[in-house]
Amino acid sequence: MKIRKRLKKAGWITFFVTPGILIVFVFILLPLFMSLFNSLFSWNQLIRHDFVGIDNFKRLFTAYPYQQRFSNALGNNARWFAVTMLVQNLMGLLFGYVLSRKIAGSQIYRRIFFIPVLFSIAAVGFLWGLYLRPNGLVNALLQLIGLGKYASAWLGNAGTATYAIILVNIWRWVGFPSLVFLTAINNVPSECTEAAYLDGANEWQMFKRIVFPLIVPSVTIITVLTVIGSLNVFEQVYTMAGLDGAPNYATDTIGTLFYRTAFGSVDSGAPEIGIGSAVAVVIYLMTFSISLLSIMITKSKEVEM
Amino acid sequence: MKRLLGFFLAAVILVSMVALPALAEVTEIQFWTWRPEDVSFYDKIIKQFEEANPDVKVVQNPIKNTEYNTILSAALAGDSAPDVFMSRAYGGLQTFADSGYMLALDDLLPELANFSESTRMGARSITDGKMYGLPALSQTMLCFYNKKVYQELGLEVPKTWDEFIANLEATKKAGYDALANGTKEGWCCEFLFGGGCASLYGGTNFYNKVITGETTFEDPVFVAAVDAMLSLAPYMPNMYEGVAYTDMQVSFINEMSAHFIGGSYEAGYFKAQNPDLDFDIFAVPGKTEADPAYVSVYADMNFAIAATSKKQEAALKFLKFLATPEYGKQVVTDLAMVSSVPGVDVSSNPFIAKVLELQKNSTPYIFLVGFRYNQPTGSSLFQAAAQGLMTHTLTAEEVCKQVQEGIATYYKPFQK
Repeated sequence: MKIRKRLKKAGWITFFVTPGILIVFVFILLPLFMSLFNSLFSWNQLIRHDFVGIDNFKRLFTAYPYQQRFSNALGNNARWFAVTMLVQNLMGLLFGYVLSRKIAGSQIYRRIFFIPVLFSIAAVGFLWGLYLRPNGLVNALLQLIGLGKYASAWLGNAGTATYAIILVNIWRWVGFPSLVFLTAINNVPSECTEAAYLDGANEWQMFKRIVFPLIVPSVTIITVLTVIGSLNVFEQVYTMAGLDGAPNYATDTIGTLFYRTAFGSVDSGAPEIGIGSAVAVVIYLMTFSISLLSIMITKSKEVEM
Repeated sequence: MKRLLGFFLAAVILVSMVALPALAEVTEIQFWTWRPEDVSFYDKIIKQFEEANPDVKVVQNPIKNTEYNTILSAALAGDSAPDVFMSRAYGGLQTFADSGYMLALDDLLPELANFSESTRMGARSITDGKMYGLPALSQTMLCFYNKKVYQELGLEVPKTWDEFIANLEATKKAGYDALANGTKEGWCCEFLFGGGCASLYGGTNFYNKVITGETTFEDPVFVAAVDAMLSLAPYMPNMYEGVAYTDMQVSFINEMSAHFIGGSYEAGYFKAQNPDLDFDIFAVPGKTEADPAYVSVYADMNFAIAATSKKQEAALKFLKFLATPEYGKQVVTDLAMVSSVPGVDVSSNPFIAKVLELQKNSTPYIFLVGFRYNQPTGSSLFQAAAQGLMTHTLTAEEVCKQVQEGIATYYKPFQK
């Protein structure tokens, strides 16, 4: 009798879990293994040729131009991560903390900060591409407030292009860590904060000693998501600077490098499926290991209640 | 009785549904293009073809230009391949020809023998020398200028490079953007060079030498031509590094700039957007009047048949139609483009007639024609390096060195 009940329960669990597992398998695991498979062969355009083992990976890391493009792209991804961590997540922490202090209008601000998160990436990229033109809104605003000498071709200059795109992305995403940190800070038990307050702690000490250690789990989550996001960035660069990482590969990331290599483009030429798949496999392994590392490091800092 | 009648009627209807189509035997073929802008033109052409060939029906499927290659590759590799499709030229054709997706047309389409050598080059595979496409269009890189501005300032079409610079200077002083071109997009740098500096590096003479490896891209004459491109920067719009392709077009169409170095294909768009725009073209001259004023030319489009198509006969009929001078004439009148079909009457379009005049001094559009067969393509190397040049992060020597070294990694004549 009991066994039948258990089997029935197991049956229901399988029934509910199978669609999810099927989707993950077909759309995530299978393409991953197929990419790995493709990367072990040499390709002539779209036809697969002989098995070459890790030759594609060797070419990726040593041959011109792949090695230069890959290290350049990786450098840009590192910039994405650094600027996003320093600017977006710190701003998110600040906003979350300020909003949790229930200042006037915090309900409205919460919603306003989160609205850009809901916009489509392509729309954001396209519109900000228009604003950042030499005769666009950003330069017009700078002229209006008397800072006209800083007006420049934001997306056309190698020095400013990547950072302009990163800042647009931060504008879009800052609402997300704000909300996550807001929730985490609100979950800090009020006994702790009240006790600290009675002991004469000021805002900064309270934040550093009490609030921050207790919200480390959400810091972990945001950090890991930032790592994964910085390695996977593609749409923002594609819509604002094009597939070739103009100007002169200054905005190129491993995402656009992969797409360009694997599928080719009108200017950069024929698809190179072997090397493109190798890039994809490398991206996956990097994302996996770095995320794992970040989780392990930040988990050790978590404080038990 | 009634039942029997009803049954008989149903049987007649059923039989006619099956038999009649079989009697008519209309073959339907899929035709893919990358020109959603020209849908109505191709609909007109298809209607003419179907009237002459009632047993073939053509279904057009236009796909956005930037996504065309990817979607076509996927379809050809899978099951949903079209029967007739637009194919890129040179290296773009090579991709699909080498993969065996295209039908060789030498024996099936004898009309191909009449096409000019330069158009055939764009449809021929360099691996086996067979023709895999029917050449459709050629494009020419030259300089557009605003006639009204020239009349206003009393300027003449320049015969030397210095006269060209003087004209730019005069239009700049008069308050216009002398040159509409910007460099935000890589390919804009490539056609700025191909349209503006071809006469400076010696056009076809240089091309023939560099193809065989007799000279390299680090030849001083080529480096000087690249440097000359940088010397055009003061005449380009303020903050030209951020000016994109559509901004350039808008600037010339709205008469905010006096010159536009670009492709002959712009003419149709300019006319459509501003019918009052009074523009004309010239080839940017070389150092002296004796140097020929070259325009860079390339074959732009072929019509091809998929090797896996089950309706090759019908597809061939369509291709034969697209090889007729009657079709070519409509390309000239409706699309304002230079048709590759030989013997086309261009009298209806004086602009195209002028382009053909300038093509007497044509030179292959150097990177697109000669160096797009392998990765990294000459085009992608030059585009990226030229952007570096125009944003002042690279010198002309460094640009040429990067291009030369990149191409030398796979180009045998450079690997001595």
